[in-house]
Amino acid sequence: MENSSKIFYAALAVLVLGAHGAGLASAGAEGLAFGLFASLTLGGALVCIWERSVVRSAFSLMATFIGIAGLFLLLTADFLAMAQILIYVGGILALILFGVMLTPPDMEERKLPRVLSGLVLIGGGFAWVGMQVADSAHFATRAADASLEGVNNAKRIGVGFLAADQYVVAFELAAVVLTVALVAAVYIARRRRVDLEPAAAGELTGYDASNGGDA
Amino acid sequence: MGLEAYVAVSAGLFALGIIAIIVRRNVLYVLMGIEMILNAANINFVAFSHFQGDSLDGRMFAIFTIILAAAEAAVALAIVLNVFHLYDSIKPSDADLLRE
Repeated sequence: MENSSKIFYAALAVLVLGAHGAGLASAGAEGLAFGLFASLTLGGALVCIWERSVVRSAFSLMATFIGIAGLFLLLTADFLAMAQILIYVGGILALILFGVMLTPPDMEERKLPRVLSGLVLIGGGFAWVGMQVADSAHFATRAADASLEGVNNAKRIGVGFLAADQYVVAFELAAVVLTVALVAAVYIARRRRVDLEPAAAGELTGYDASNGGDA
Repeated sequence: MGLEAYVAVSAGLFALGIIAIIVRRNVLYVLMGIEMILNAANINFVAFSHFQGDSLDGRMFAIFTIILAAAEAAVALAIVLNVFHLYDSIKPSDADLLRE
């Protein structure tokens, strides 16, 4: 392991421990869970940017997605947490890994100064904007609706999808979009017959590249 | 934990997604950065809906975002495969057929 990676992972471990401690100190067990999931989310994203190998980056992105599912659980959105794991970890990450396997590795692509300066510049900028927002903005919160206490989340979402006065149009549109996008993805990604049999390409199109100019 | 903590995590994830897109020269990192950004938006939707009386609207938005992200990932991967086939490279800057 390179020295820079050792320093990076040591700093990351300190930050993660700090996040756990801060959460535990400020809100007890819930704060500890929040610290765990938040550090899983942000730490996974950091490792994803840091690592040279695309496969390691993809797997650290899995930590990010699982951390986000945990945050959804803390926000009492249990159906969304399950959907997050099913779709992101099971679907999108598998797709990305297919992309990794179908393209060549490029270990020299990551330049350390580029990564560090990007982290410093954008991270610093966001920290500054965040402090400005924290100074000026106030998010009004409202207590949870007591009539919804103990109501099944998945059932609420299912009713919301199908009730005529709620989301049924968007639901049907999403179905159409998914069908069109997936058929289009298969159409775009398929190998054409010409690619598979280079020798037969000339016969298929009636064009022969070798003497096409002279004839 | 209050709403501010979730918004902070979401902002951090958004920033890391932007960094992944502009720092790494590889289409797959661009895809991963886009997923991070979409997930940051999702955290915001769900957090605000939770702290605004547990309404359904924010969760529905998050579900539709996930649906569109899945469609986007499939199409984007297909495009990446085609671009690699055409240019023998997965650097975004190498796909410059229209440049003279």
